[in-house]
Amino acid sequence: MHRACIFVPLKCWKGTAILNSFILWEEILPGSSTWSHILKRGTALRIEAIENSTNVGAIFLNADNLSERLNLPDTLKAQQIARLTTGSVLYSDMGRILCSITDDTLGWHDPLGGCSDATLVAKKYGRSTYQAAKNSWHQNALDGFLIELAKYGLNSRDLMMNVNFFSKVEVSKDGNMRFIENHSTAGTAVELRAEMNTLVILNTCQHPMDPEKSYAQRPVKLTIKKVEAPGPNDFCRNVRPENSRGFTLTERYFL
Amino acid sequence: MQETMIQSSPRLPEDAIFSATVEAGDSFVHEILQGQFICIIDLEGNQAVDTLFYNAHNYADRYSAQDTIREQNNIYLTTGTKLISTERNVLLTIVADTCGRHDTLGGACATESNMVRYAIEKRSMHACRQSFLKGARDWSKQPGRELEKRDLTANINFFMNVPVTPAGELSFEDGVSNAGKYVELRAEMDTLIVISNCPQLNNPCNAYNPTPVRVLIWDAK
Repeated sequence: MHRACIFVPLKCWKGTAILNSFILWEEILPGSSTWSHILKRGTALRIEAIENSTNVGAIFLNADNLSERLNLPDTLKAQQIARLTTGSVLYSDMGRILCSITDDTLGWHDPLGGCSDATLVAKKYGRSTYQAAKNSWHQNALDGFLIELAKYGLNSRDLMMNVNFFSKVEVSKDGNMRFIENHSTAGTAVELRAEMNTLVILNTCQHPMDPEKSYAQRPVKLTIKKVEAPGPNDFCRNVRPENSRGFTLTERYFL
Repeated sequence: MQETMIQSSPRLPEDAIFSATVEAGDSFVHEILQGQFICIIDLEGNQAVDTLFYNAHNYADRYSAQDTIREQNNIYLTTGTKLISTERNVLLTIVADTCGRHDTLGGACATESNMVRYAIEKRSMHACRQSFLKGARDWSKQPGRELEKRDLTANINFFMNVPVTPAGELSFEDGVSNAGKYVELRAEMDTLIVISNCPQLNNPCNAYNPTPVRVLIWDAK
């Protein structure tokens, strides 16, 4: 599934302007796999669930200066949210926006639960080595992130809090965290528009709080598109004054 | 409002082997040995104490907010909370807490995030990450103690109140701490503590009036 530059104009009405977006390529990311790509400013990544109860862990770095990266506390406090959805933006530690969530058919993506590790996976699902199980061996998100970071010269000192797309962790009034089962369904999708050249690292291991007893590998469809730059009426920009300032600071970075 | 867990400490200030006052806007970096107890006292009330912890022998193994809240299945830190590291070690345990809950989702203020949150003109106001960077730089002057920006990750905000609702909203609220409230931790391994006593003037985390805190350390008994 690697088709280069299919120029299919996807026309949609936004106010009075017709926006053209072009699919650059599509690919399938299998379950329990890691993927990385430098998502260029002016392009977007759409992640679509192919099966129910999917999870996609994600971390983000400024590809032009890897010391700048996703800061989830800044992201949550600037927007006063403990969930991510359409209109939410992902802030770096430098007050800039790495990516905006321009579309989301699900309504809630988790910024709290973190990622699985080898001990957790072995405890939940048992050990399963590559030697014994080949591609269905039991992998974990932490190792996936660390191996991928190493490809860019980074290591465990460069880890950051991760997002879990397609998962929901609800927090009760007394602070208790509850993983919501069967949150995502096949066909639900989230779209991230790069506001900077962003190193996106994805991992499709199960959510660490998912109580499901069996190890499951759930693939997602990735679509990389060319998209228009956010204009003055952009939804993510105008959703709150903090984001408007975040866009200003991000745009100044490219002046 | 949750039911708060109030647990006082049996240790007396006069028995401490170390005592320091950290003024608002300053950083504090110190090693705590396995078995030692460290207490942070909110001297005047409603003061946010932004704090990071590291395995003293391997700074890559450091406090992890997501692992800590997931392991205890609760986003607020209080007595009994085990502070989990990125390598899934228990760095410290909270053994006493007269405040009742502490935040680990709000992060540390920065000049850059101040521009986003308040106004672009606020850039020059003092912020925790300035103090973290200064503290890390000073600490790193001795060989073998390299600590830099990428090590300054998601922190704990002792005494800070950042409630999250079931609808997924998060806010900064007036503090639940008062003058003299404290939190005490036991080091489960040799640990490095890095504190920024928050200088923030733009939100209620310090009641718009940043004040000093005291740090006490006791030997293992």
